[in-house]
Amino acid sequence: MWEYAPAPESRDIANLKPNYRMFIDGEFVDGAGEPLKTVNPGTEEVLAEVSTAAPADVDKAVKAARRAYDRVWGKMPGSERAKYIFRIARLVQERARELAVLESLDNGKPIKESRDVDVPTAAAHFFYHAGWADKLGYAGYGPDPRPLGVAGQVIPWNFPLLMAAWKIAPALATGNTVVIKPAETTPLSALVLAEIIQQADLPPGVVNILAGAGDVGAAVVSHPDVDKVAFTGSTEVGRTIQRQLAGSGRKLTLELGGKAANIVFDDAPLDQAVEGIVNGIFFNQGHVCCAGSRLLVQESVAEELLEKLHVRVSTLRVGDPLDKNTDVGAINSRDQLTKIQELVESGDAEGAQRWTSACPLPDKGFYFAPTVFSNVSQTMRIAREEIFGPVLSVLTFRTPDEAVAKANNTPYGLSAGIWTEKGSRILWAAQKMRAGVVWANTFNRFDPTAPFGGYQESGFGREGGRTGLEAYLDV
Amino acid sequence: MAAPTTTPPAQLPPALADAVRDEASLRRFLHGLPGVDQVGVEQRAAGLGTRSIKKASKMWAIDTAIGMVDLTTLEGADTHGKVRSLAAKARRPDPDHPDVPRVAAVCVYPDMVATAVEELRGTGIDIASVATAFPSGRSSLKVKLEDTAYAVEAGATEIDMVIDRGAFLSGRYGQVFDEIVQVKHACGDAHLKVILETGELATYDNVRRASWLGLLAGGDFIKTSTGKVSPAATLPVTHVMLQAVRDWHTQTGELRGVKPAGGIRTTKDAIKYLVAVHEVAGPEWLTPALFRFGASTLLNDLLMQRRTQLEGHYSGPDYVTVD
Amino acid sequence: MSENRISLGKTENRIAVAKTYKLYIGGAFPRSESGRSYPVVDAKGAFLANAAQGSRKDARDAVAAARKAFPGWSGATAYNRGQVLYRVAEVLEGRREQFIAEVAAGEGVTAKKAQSLVDAAIDRWVWYAGWTDKVATVLGASNPVAGPYFSFSVPEPTGVVAVLAPQQSSLLGLVSAVAPVIATGNTAVVVTSQDRPLPAVTLAEVLATSDLPGGVVNVLTGRTAEMAPWLASHADVNALDLTGAPESARADLERAAAGTVKRVLRARPAEDFTREPDLARLRAFLETKTVWHPVGV
Repeated sequence: MWEYAPAPESRDIANLKPNYRMFIDGEFVDGAGEPLKTVNPGTEEVLAEVSTAAPADVDKAVKAARRAYDRVWGKMPGSERAKYIFRIARLVQERARELAVLESLDNGKPIKESRDVDVPTAAAHFFYHAGWADKLGYAGYGPDPRPLGVAGQVIPWNFPLLMAAWKIAPALATGNTVVIKPAETTPLSALVLAEIIQQADLPPGVVNILAGAGDVGAAVVSHPDVDKVAFTGSTEVGRTIQRQLAGSGRKLTLELGGKAANIVFDDAPLDQAVEGIVNGIFFNQGHVCCAGSRLLVQESVAEELLEKLHVRVSTLRVGDPLDKNTDVGAINSRDQLTKIQELVESGDAEGAQRWTSACPLPDKGFYFAPTVFSNVSQTMRIAREEIFGPVLSVLTFRTPDEAVAKANNTPYGLSAGIWTEKGSRILWAAQKMRAGVVWANTFNRFDPTAPFGGYQESGFGREGGRTGLEAYLDV
Repeated sequence: MAAPTTTPPAQLPPALADAVRDEASLRRFLHGLPGVDQVGVEQRAAGLGTRSIKKASKMWAIDTAIGMVDLTTLEGADTHGKVRSLAAKARRPDPDHPDVPRVAAVCVYPDMVATAVEELRGTGIDIASVATAFPSGRSSLKVKLEDTAYAVEAGATEIDMVIDRGAFLSGRYGQVFDEIVQVKHACGDAHLKVILETGELATYDNVRRASWLGLLAGGDFIKTSTGKVSPAATLPVTHVMLQAVRDWHTQTGELRGVKPAGGIRTTKDAIKYLVAVHEVAGPEWLTPALFRFGASTLLNDLLMQRRTQLEGHYSGPDYVTVD
Repeated sequence: MSENRISLGKTENRIAVAKTYKLYIGGAFPRSESGRSYPVVDAKGAFLANAAQGSRKDARDAVAAARKAFPGWSGATAYNRGQVLYRVAEVLEGRREQFIAEVAAGEGVTAKKAQSLVDAAIDRWVWYAGWTDKVATVLGASNPVAGPYFSFSVPEPTGVVAVLAPQQSSLLGLVSAVAPVIATGNTAVVVTSQDRPLPAVTLAEVLATSDLPGGVVNVLTGRTAEMAPWLASHADVNALDLTGAPESARADLERAAAGTVKRVLRARPAEDFTREPDLARLRAFLETKTVWHPVGV
């Protein structure tokens, strides 16, 4: 009865250009690779053409980074490095709206998330790490910890700008130079970040931004003159990189997949738990490595919670990522959509009970309606494999020990959620979780001061906080 | 509440009937309600507050909000003249635009009810009166019941009562329950709005418990505030109350209403409340029968924004009437 | 043979009772399930004793024992772990002479040098005993996040750690590798120096009598190259210390470890165990866990 009129952000704000080029040694250059076309997943339209790297370009970027490290950045006083990084933070803030719209166009995430989460948090990461640059002696790694040299970094498509910030900011603060490759489906915001880096007048070669598919990423991480590799992405690729670097002595940090349990005890603040569950799995279309994709509910409240959950999920507005009222945007690519569909079908086939929000979906673009599976058991694929989409699997438990056992029963260990009003139980469960981030009575909170990273097959190393600096220091 | 003097009006489902059996059951029930996490509910309220309501949906929201206003004057300085001009405004909010919906009710002190009744006869606009030693509620039950009877006899169709916050905060839930039940009885056919005065309840957990207490005792509406205590209505408090009526509906099938009052002055604010009604309670609550705004200055801002929507340029305060 | 055989308390009038060197798994001293043993010789090549030659199944049993011991040991208070590690130093001190003899024989160093190595090993236990209840203070943090949340980070043990102990430094190197692993609550499967395994087995006897719960440290003697790949690829092993891995095998072991994304501590060139260590070996087998909770009424 009350239809919200469309309230789209104007795509003009993104200052889209027909062509984007890579950033090497302080210049925007055309790579020798086959140019790629980046698509707006919300409409399936081509947004722009992006030049990509051939192996020679990777080499050029690494050489530029090496030169910049040897001649300028590696010996620059931390206090001077800091000012450059602070500049980047400010420029990101100044161009926040442009970056947000661009990010939503290229990635498909709702504008309210790129506007309220991705871009401000990216700026915060630069601001936070800038302050470390001249205080590394206080970080607990000895009086004068040294950088590693050239960092080769490969980032995923789910938070393109934010992941670039997570990688670049600590590398620069600790005195490393960077060669980074954003994902092939979402290269644009990183290349606009390159403009910002140019505007900030960073010495040439300190940050180099390439474009291309997995082969370019593989060339970056396996380049013999790279001293440090940081990768965020799938466990499968992370494993491959770890194998590639075996015996090389190069430092590696990995932030990989997850299958987080969100545990709701019977004394939880139910309405906020529902919010947390929704945020946990439908935030960013579920394209979140730490998504709360396995809901574990105590049997005594399962029915009530599930009913509330269905009502709440039904209110989620799926559609145009640029519409300010959109809660769930577009799936990032057709490939990803196919993967989600395939896993959802396995859930049907294995006997889970599927509930799908009756929300209308746009005719064009890659969309998937929020889906909740109940009667899920640990043996089903939808309870074990990372779906990376808006699909929640609901399991039940009877006792706290059972909840913990089920939560930890996965090779992953990135994050976990706990919902209960009993303080001692929160701390007990938080202690028992084999996961790098535990959210109690909240979910999906991120902050540059709070270390983030996984246990087991969710990777190793941390990003953020004092702990995160270790990844880029020779200690 | 050892021996309730009046039985609760509604036929409750067994679980809820159990809850009101005696003082101990009532306490157990209220303290057994799921807690409310402050940060979580405030975040959700702030999140919904970013909805962007434009064009036709905004026009719809403005008209709907106007129809939900309980146009209120509750001053020591109120006069019959003031109430008459308020009633005129209620009947015809914007003289230039006769298509503007009338407001839901006017809300006055008991001694002004008769004047309001006279002015609004035949308009369908309800006459609400605060009662029960408003705003503090600090008097005897006898006085509160007489206060209620006085307003009802004068023609009030809606009674806005205050709960005894002192009794509530010291855990005498049975006493609060009994009072509401008796006031409801004294209301006869008049609708009862139970003012929780959330600004004095300190926590969202208490707001949720007081909401349920009001619903269990038969309140047709639960209302945030008297307007005399700061903070008055807030979005997160209203969220908690909307969750309560929604949960009540799930358990009983009955629809009960919510009225935030005090502090809602702008169209922008009112729309945020409507979004909350729409998405927290549900679209069926988007009616004056189930949602009201207790406000005095809000109406003029709604009218001004309505003009802006119609005329395509910004309007000014001199183009709406000051009453 | 009796000339060199390590048999303290030997007198002219009696034949010493020689020790059988066995494995240490789950708090017990079994022989290798394979029934194999191999001769251990001193620096000059003279026979010292037979040591059990552990197999992949022994390694498997050791991992199971370490996993079983993990919840109890990681859940023990840091104070408790500190006392146990200190107790190890105490008991080791009491058997100082025996270790000096074993180290001298195995490493071919002078009695004086052996004495200083054993003393350093004892002191190393004391050093790590003191770290158990400080490491969370030093490596943990309260995170000043920009929002109404309390966020804190604590270091937690990684889990089951396979330690390929240094090949040369048979006691001090071994202790330097094992103590930091268990100080923080990990449990360990240790493959000893292949050619100098005897101090490790005697150390196991010390551990068994030092209130250290069975399974927290498991000691395997035998061929490093035989057992290491099974540990590196074992899915229930969380981390791998390559210090004692044969150089030619290191890359392969790292590759195998990648199968389950294990944490790998690479061998540091010519690590000098006589120097006071830094935190690197403690940090190598710690996870940081960040916990968030809203702050509200």
